[in-house]
Amino acid sequence: MAPFRLSGTVVAALLNHRRSLAALGDAVHAPPYKSPPKAVVLAIKPPGALVRAGEALLVDDAATELEIGATLGVVIASTACAVAEADALSHVGAYLVVADAALPRASHYRPQIRAMARDSSCALGSSAAPRDDIRDPDALTMRTFVDGALAATASTAELIRPVARLIADISDFMTLHPGDLLLAGGAADLPRVRAGARVAIEIDRVGRLETHVALAERSAA
Amino acid sequence: MRRARVAYAGAIHEATPAEGGAIRLADGRVVAEVDVVWLPPVEPGAVIALGLNYADHARELSFQAQDEPLVFLKNPATLVGHRGQTRRPADATFMHYECELAVVIGRPARRVARANAMEHVAGYTIANDYAVRDYLENWYRPNLRVKSRDGATVLGPWLVDASEVEAPPQLALRTLVNGKETQSGHTRDLVFDIAFLIEYLSAFMTLAPGDVILTGTPEGVVDVKAGDEVACEIEGLGRLVNRIVGDDVFGRVASQAALADAREGR
Repeated sequence: MAPFRLSGTVVAALLNHRRSLAALGDAVHAPPYKSPPKAVVLAIKPPGALVRAGEALLVDDAATELEIGATLGVVIASTACAVAEADALSHVGAYLVVADAALPRASHYRPQIRAMARDSSCALGSSAAPRDDIRDPDALTMRTFVDGALAATASTAELIRPVARLIADISDFMTLHPGDLLLAGGAADLPRVRAGARVAIEIDRVGRLETHVALAERSAA
Repeated sequence: MRRARVAYAGAIHEATPAEGGAIRLADGRVVAEVDVVWLPPVEPGAVIALGLNYADHARELSFQAQDEPLVFLKNPATLVGHRGQTRRPADATFMHYECELAVVIGRPARRVARANAMEHVAGYTIANDYAVRDYLENWYRPNLRVKSRDGATVLGPWLVDASEVEAPPQLALRTLVNGKETQSGHTRDLVFDIAFLIEYLSAFMTLAPGDVILTGTPEGVVDVKAGDEVACEIEGLGRLVNRIVGDDVFGRVASQAALADAREGR
């Protein structure tokens, strides 16, 4: 039995990987941004975005590209409200592998839920590593494979806000509840895939997630 | 038909209006509305919020209305009910309410055409969606530190059945701070109307029963302070009241540096 339940909100940290911010270069100082992010940047994933490992990530047509963001999923086990960074990891129950897929975006100025909150766009690993098995969540290598070939490598050591700091900063204004899932954030230069692609993500000691990209049915409901 | 969710005498109940401003619990008890704890009338899986969806408010904030709606998702766990409290952080210099018509989804909506969109609406309620403007940054703006704060989205009191409201709703709305009107508008001025929003959203995300769409706010947002009573009224839907409280109520002690920044308007 997994040491967690996934029943709550899924909160994704954006631009939390050093390379994702570095890829923007001097643009972070220019309009519309005017300065690099100061506070944590977040988005909420709706329940319809979530799929289990093995199920497909969906696109509308054969031409659509999805960016595959490999990210560490952090399952909250106990209520975290205004917690200190030093205590933050005690609120974690487990870690899992997440493939957070979105349409490519040219700008980070406005929320873009049409690109980032799509039905069947976020695949969650089927097994979770209990917190105590992961001594240092900030030194994990994440590898993304597309059709069996290594397509991207990143590390949680490159996070701007490591897991404990993320939990502390978010919980200052938004309480994290048991069952909530925090996505710590992916790197830049994400692999782009289309319908038919097979995707696998491995995170050291946390696990391996397999999914694929398929066409959504067009019917209305 | 209008329904509320309230806590009373050790349990959570569905409630309906009774005579003389009282409320009737589903089990038959009739109680005074001040003797219950009002909860948000629905438990949404997704809370979808619109920014800049009234032309006058967009002008007030110096934005041009856009081709595509400005939409973001809020954490449903940050909702609070009628008569609830909302914390104003000590370092805030501009925290404002936003009175909004809230649309509650009744039937799953996936790839719904505008012509059929209103069939997916269960009903309407009132939202007061606070923002702390001091925390605005130009990254996924409005960033969630501004717009998805614990207890900073008040919802209720009643879920009013769609059959009681003309479609599309043509309703006056206004906000009163300590009894004085500070904001007024009319839902006829929505830039993107409800049917459009359901068609737009359901093209990429399935809307589920209980999901809530907060349709945006008109002009007239002003700073509110600890101790203020804020009442949002929408014609035919009722009156949603809540109270601003300070960090002290939440056991928080602001840093001296943050307070100095607030005093000097940094």
